[in-house]
Amino acid sequence: MLRFLAHRLAQSVVLLLGVSIIGFGLMHLAPGGPLALYTINPTVTAQDIERVKAQFGLDQPVAIQYLKWAEGMFTGNWGYSFFGGQQVREIVLDRMPATLELMGTSLFLALMIGVTIGIVSAVRRNSVADYASAVAAMIALSLPTFWFGLLAIYLFAQTLEWLPAGGVASTSGGDLVDRLRHLVLPVAVLSFVLVAQWSRYTRSAMLDILNQDYIRTAEAKGLKRSRILLNHALRACLAPLITLAGLQLPLLVGGALVTETVFSWPGMGLLFVNALGMRDYPVLMAILMVSAFVVVLGNLLADIAVALVDPRVKLGYG
Amino acid sequence: MVDVPAAEIILPRPAQRFGALRRLLRHRLAALGLIVIGLLAIGSAGAPWLAPYQPDDIDIAQRYAPPLSEGHILGSDDLGRDVLTRLLYAGQVSLSVGLAAMLVTVLVGFAVGAFAAYHGGWVDIALMRLTDIMLCFPSVFLLLFVAAFVTPSLASIALMIGLTCWMEIARIVYVQILTLKSADFIAAARMVGAPSWRIIFRQILPNTLAPILVAATLNMANAILLESYISFLGYGIQPPAASWGNMLTNAQSDFQVDPWLAILPGLAITLAVASFNFIGDGLRDALDPRMRERSAGALR
Repeated sequence: MLRFLAHRLAQSVVLLLGVSIIGFGLMHLAPGGPLALYTINPTVTAQDIERVKAQFGLDQPVAIQYLKWAEGMFTGNWGYSFFGGQQVREIVLDRMPATLELMGTSLFLALMIGVTIGIVSAVRRNSVADYASAVAAMIALSLPTFWFGLLAIYLFAQTLEWLPAGGVASTSGGDLVDRLRHLVLPVAVLSFVLVAQWSRYTRSAMLDILNQDYIRTAEAKGLKRSRILLNHALRACLAPLITLAGLQLPLLVGGALVTETVFSWPGMGLLFVNALGMRDYPVLMAILMVSAFVVVLGNLLADIAVALVDPRVKLGYG
Repeated sequence: MVDVPAAEIILPRPAQRFGALRRLLRHRLAALGLIVIGLLAIGSAGAPWLAPYQPDDIDIAQRYAPPLSEGHILGSDDLGRDVLTRLLYAGQVSLSVGLAAMLVTVLVGFAVGAFAAYHGGWVDIALMRLTDIMLCFPSVFLLLFVAAFVTPSLASIALMIGLTCWMEIARIVYVQILTLKSADFIAAARMVGAPSWRIIFRQILPNTLAPILVAATLNMANAILLESYISFLGYGIQPPAASWGNMLTNAQSDFQVDPWLAILPGLAITLAVASFNFIGDGLRDALDPRMRERSAGALR
């Protein structure tokens, strides 16, 4: 187990290094460079640009800039926003709770609903319910999230006026009920796609397991169907489901970006889109790194969890 | 020349050649998907002849005409442009971005996966690590990050989508080739002195075609979705040219003024993406009968 852990940990560090190099490289290869926005502005002179460059250390070789930046990332000095000069770490970490609230709630909800649908589809294979859920899932995976979100706002916020159209809380209130009401639409939209994935994946994992000999043995022993499903089958299903939770993270983070934009949810995704409009490189880089870090960490945790529930994994590595 | 008795010549049964196609068509949703995509493709390609107007014909007197109104079957937008016309022309853009992005995805993915698996050693490690690294980025973030700095055009958007989505195909190809590499017929080809490129293209490519085809179809769906995201956020196809995504740029306000204006392009996207997803799913069943039971739930 220790060797496995060390191996996976080293792998994650390599991944993060690669992520940072690619991200940093992209930023500097971009036409116009990090100060593209200033160069178009006619009121900014060439001297001004030189001064700003020196101020942000942009006049040094790329390799040195990278090392400085990476060191800063590591020690918690994430640089300063090009606009307003605020600490990037503060700006980004300020937005983190909102994003985590949205992603966590959606993931939890999607897990509950998706796994249930998946089990039912697997048990009642080829039934009308199975077929219907397959088609529904496929359509859910085909909806453009942003459009679906706007549709939901139009329907439930503007036409029916049941729910607020965006934000985390009303400006006046902010009690628990109010926050929950704000949470409903974004979570519903974000978890819709996730439910589709979870249900399809649970179904196929369940079908694999239900065809195994030990399930037949359990049935032959005369165990109750519910007991077989929950004790024997679902338990074996756990490992692939945990793996999926890890693999799904990029989709979840990406989906959160789109959902946050549509519902003006003040999380990292909305911050990213706003920073993109202003070409605020330090902020963009920080969010890109944080999101990749979340993905790497999530996959690491998923792998460790799988190793814990599935003793076979520890033997082979990777 | 030895005479072979006629009875001993076994001809390949022609029925099997189109077995996969027939199985695909029997898959009802995939067949439906093919029909829908066919119609969308014909409509878009034939837009200059089918569309009642020019895509940028402005008619201020006819702003926000509702669907089914006279002269505008699907209504008109904020500048009085015909929505049906714009949808058809937007289809040209969205579908060709999807197609081109998919081609880039497959080419890059195949090249990376094949090269890594075939070469082995440090090339393998470097390329597959790169694949792992790229997979850590949520693709929307990466795509937007790049899209913001590149002058958007049909080609650049397709290239960007392709370059941020090739990882899955690279992995599929990699695994396939690793399995094939040890197969006897590859060893035989190498023994008779066939060069690597020939082995890759003549022996390996045909054998990896089925999973690539499935992944390519699903990628096409994904590419159309991604194009609509970045166009919606304003970093994709630039107005006045229409794409299904950028027709939704003002969707938020359109919903209040004229909901159909916001609903129709979204429906077009959903229709196209769902069709490709259904076709991909059907292809998976048709090309690999062993997968039939599992296919509907496989992770994308």
